[in-house]
Amino acid sequence: MIDRIALLGRFSLEVIRDYGKAGQLLWQVIFRFPQFRKGFPLVLQQIYAEGVLSLIIIIVSSLFIGMVVALQGYHTLAKFGASAELGPLVALSVARELGPVVTALLFAGRAGSAVTAEIGLMKATEQLSSMEMMAVNPIHRVISPRLWGGFISMPLLTMIFNVTAIYGAYLVGVKWLGLDAGVFWSNMQSSVDFHLDVMNGIIKSTVFGFVIAWISVYQGYFAEPTSAGIASATTRTVVYSSLAILGLDFVLTAMMIGGW
Amino acid sequence: MLSQRTIETSVGLFLLAAIGALLVLAFKVSGLTSFFKTEGYNVTASFDDIGQLKVRAAVKISGVTIGEVSAIQLDPTTYKAVVTLHIHSNMKDIPDDSSAAILTAGLLGDNYIEISPMYSKTFLKNGSDIEDTNAAMILEKLIGQFLFKIGNNSSDSSATNSNDKSVEKKKSISKGE
Repeated sequence: MIDRIALLGRFSLEVIRDYGKAGQLLWQVIFRFPQFRKGFPLVLQQIYAEGVLSLIIIIVSSLFIGMVVALQGYHTLAKFGASAELGPLVALSVARELGPVVTALLFAGRAGSAVTAEIGLMKATEQLSSMEMMAVNPIHRVISPRLWGGFISMPLLTMIFNVTAIYGAYLVGVKWLGLDAGVFWSNMQSSVDFHLDVMNGIIKSTVFGFVIAWISVYQGYFAEPTSAGIASATTRTVVYSSLAILGLDFVLTAMMIGGW
Repeated sequence: MLSQRTIETSVGLFLLAAIGALLVLAFKVSGLTSFFKTEGYNVTASFDDIGQLKVRAAVKISGVTIGEVSAIQLDPTTYKAVVTLHIHSNMKDIPDDSSAAILTAGLLGDNYIEISPMYSKTFLKNGSDIEDTNAAMILEKLIGQFLFKIGNNSSDSSATNSNDKSVEKKKSISKGE
């Protein structure tokens, strides 16, 4: 019995220690921002690796998501004779929910796991410790650019996702199902508000980007330096990021819904 | 490994694409115009009941949009809703005895304000007030009145009179402040 309680205690101590380590790592990254001239090219490289290289999956999946939402929505709306409201339906659901959340999930799978695996392998092959031997701080050189890169890339990817998804809906609704283009756009414009809908979605995506980058960097930096350890760290990055995204999405939506 | 220049170029393109996407979201999707405040003038109108009218609802003449609702307030003394209409500056010549009514687009659509021009030679200008207003039609109230009328008609014929009286009473209140 006492053993069980001790096990529970040890488990919760482990959890708290993990949070503490993650917080310390974040503190070191944020409050010791490297010199701008040295750090900027590194951050650019990470924006390339995490943002630009994720573009293709983001564009393709958003196009299909927009098309499928338009197709589903059109047939449901047509039952009520409200197919003119297809534009608002797609634009609001994409700008408020689908855009930030799906981009974040794809980003966690595409970029977050790569960051974790890369840092984990650097640790396993002792590149991080050899950097320290050369008096290069690995947190400045490796961790910080990856975190900032993810943080910057996410909202940019979300904006592109939103536009391609709405364009996909336009293709299906107007070009295929024969809705009037003017009705599609003008109804959309009259019901979508820039600050309440578009900007709130982008605020959500910045929060998600920050959380994904933080989780993946942490999991990589504290991964067990074996091949099995890196594998489980990568898995944990994707699982924890997805859970954090969906949980935070609910909290953020509940906070923002007052304006709607 | 790509050269730093290629990376910088592609990141630059990525940023430009994202900014372009944001502009599309702003102007094409959400129809944002408040960045550049459209030239125009403000006119107020007081309504007994605005129904579901919202800020940014359209203001129309003969169905053509000429402005939007920029603010809705409650007058604390008369308990009327004071609606501020922002009318585009290319519509200068609206006679000042025109009437404003709150209508509904379709059976379930959004409310908007329709201005019916009259024949006065003086025109509305910034800060002037539209005096002749018609409140929004509330479907529930209409149904209620209709049922009330049917019920009274079947019992005695003075029903329409009492109904008229209540309408007249309301009018006299609104006229006598």
